[in-house]
Amino acid sequence: MSANSYYGRPIVKAPVWKHDIAAYLFTGGLAAGSALLAAGADATGRPVLRRTGRLTALAALGASTYFLVNDLGRPKRFHHMLRVAKPTSPMSMGTWILSAFGGAAGLAAAAEVAPMLPRPLRGPARVAGRAGGAAAGAIAPALATYTAVLLADTATPSWHEAHRDLPFVFAGSALASGAGAGLIGAGLAPGGAGLREAGPARRLATVGAALELYGAHRIETDLGLLSEPYRAGRAGRLLRTGRLLTAVGVAGAWLGRRSRIASVASGVALLVASLVTRFGIFEGGVASANDPKYTVEPQRARLADAPFRDVGGSLPL
Amino acid sequence: MGSLYGPLDPAPDAGWVDAPPRMGFFTDTSVCIGCKACEVACKEWNNVPADGFNLLGQSYDNTGRLDANSWRHVAFIEQPVAGSDDPRWLMMSNVCKHCTHAACLDVCPTGSLFRTEFGTVVVQEDICNGCGYCIPACPYGVIDQRKDDGRAWKCTLCYDRIGDGMTPACAKACPTESIQYGELSELRERAAARLSALHDAGTAEARLYGHDPSDGVGGDGAFFLLLDEPEVYGLPPDPVVTTRDLPAMWKRAGIAALAMVAGAVVAFAGRRS
Repeated sequence: MSANSYYGRPIVKAPVWKHDIAAYLFTGGLAAGSALLAAGADATGRPVLRRTGRLTALAALGASTYFLVNDLGRPKRFHHMLRVAKPTSPMSMGTWILSAFGGAAGLAAAAEVAPMLPRPLRGPARVAGRAGGAAAGAIAPALATYTAVLLADTATPSWHEAHRDLPFVFAGSALASGAGAGLIGAGLAPGGAGLREAGPARRLATVGAALELYGAHRIETDLGLLSEPYRAGRAGRLLRTGRLLTAVGVAGAWLGRRSRIASVASGVALLVASLVTRFGIFEGGVASANDPKYTVEPQRARLADAPFRDVGGSLPL
Repeated sequence: MGSLYGPLDPAPDAGWVDAPPRMGFFTDTSVCIGCKACEVACKEWNNVPADGFNLLGQSYDNTGRLDANSWRHVAFIEQPVAGSDDPRWLMMSNVCKHCTHAACLDVCPTGSLFRTEFGTVVVQEDICNGCGYCIPACPYGVIDQRKDDGRAWKCTLCYDRIGDGMTPACAKACPTESIQYGELSELRERAAARLSALHDAGTAEARLYGHDPSDGVGGDGAFFLLLDEPEVYGLPPDPVVTTRDLPAMWKRAGIAALAMVAGAVVAFAGRRS
């Protein structure tokens, strides 16, 4: 029996969230990153990146909605999320962010059928698409980063303690995955037209990777005992794999910039990197909740630093 | 929206006008005899489902922990005593703390969890959609999801009884007055008197837990007198409501969001390549 806990049992409860939520961290970030890519591509006249970004954002949004509803204990009550808007609940804020993003990203993606419309409707469709795409791009950074607050605003020791750096991991991961989708679209575009547009996707991948690696490094090294769950076990393996794939994806994007195959392969590496990184962060938190030492020891250390707190008579009077 | 941290009276802070006095539990573990009448009375009154016939092999504890189907849990700790064959027995009836700053309530996205006029924290079962956010938010690991039902459940401090001036089922059933129910201000005075009586009698290890309004959760509506360190009973030694840091978290997220925008601008601003 552990002296640290009652029969070695956990003190806080691990999240009951299934892997739907870890998957949503990825798809929500992908939706945000690709919407941002599409907005930039639209503003600078890059049709292949724009189309790829808009369609990816819509698909990722659909997947996100599925994962979020499916994870509920009572999926038919998903609309109860819309009863209130609560700033103290990151999940409530996220519901509204995702709803607003969904409308805008849906409009932008729908506008991609413009070339198939009768001539008089094409202009208005493009304008609506540009407006929707710009709105989605404006909301995207909130969509990508609120999920970091969602995890950190818990008693799960290694999530809460990471609250300063987690938003940077998720922001970077979102950018890198959006760029990855762009690289895949650029590589698949017929005749190499996509490769000529793909410069911003490569730069976005680089910026995203830098943010993600910076944040992840801090989380894995600066949290004292609470960094341990991110280095050990399955979480550690996932995060190391993610880091390797991120590096491979960025390097491939630059070294293979004249090859359509290399572009697609780099994009896939960046997407998988983002996915496994999110699962790694998720698993690290769960591991920290399941071992009581991660709850007790940091709190004990805090008490030791504040010896004059009133603990009800256990101190010499 | 009320304050996120520090001492306060939670019912008026949540918007109740002319709220009655804050009600709570004082659980004095020094007189607990481990009869589990509280567990049984709670299940009976609140219609809480059975959770299996388990033999855990952990002293007399076959409940294990607080969860969706156990709103009172009696912990049994047997500690070896030097020079004696008999162990020292610790018994403690654990329960939801009804925190002044309740993270479960703060993070609930549907408004299902709410602050009652008595300052307690209650789940509305017709609203809860089983999102599960309250569960990792609780610094004590109390609230939990009922697997076959999907929703979150925990102690209501017998909201349906105390509104009619009745005592919660567990306190009513307790044969030794280990569980005491009443106005929180009066319970705190009673606990202080009991603590000094125990100290005078030579029980130096007695200490209060959750009684202090300046602690990390603003004080508990259900607090305890313990005879050992909190973690021995499975309690966190220094819990802090996670939402204390929420403004800082949103700020960091805002900076990261701006970094994303800057990254996108840089990526597209360069020459065509």
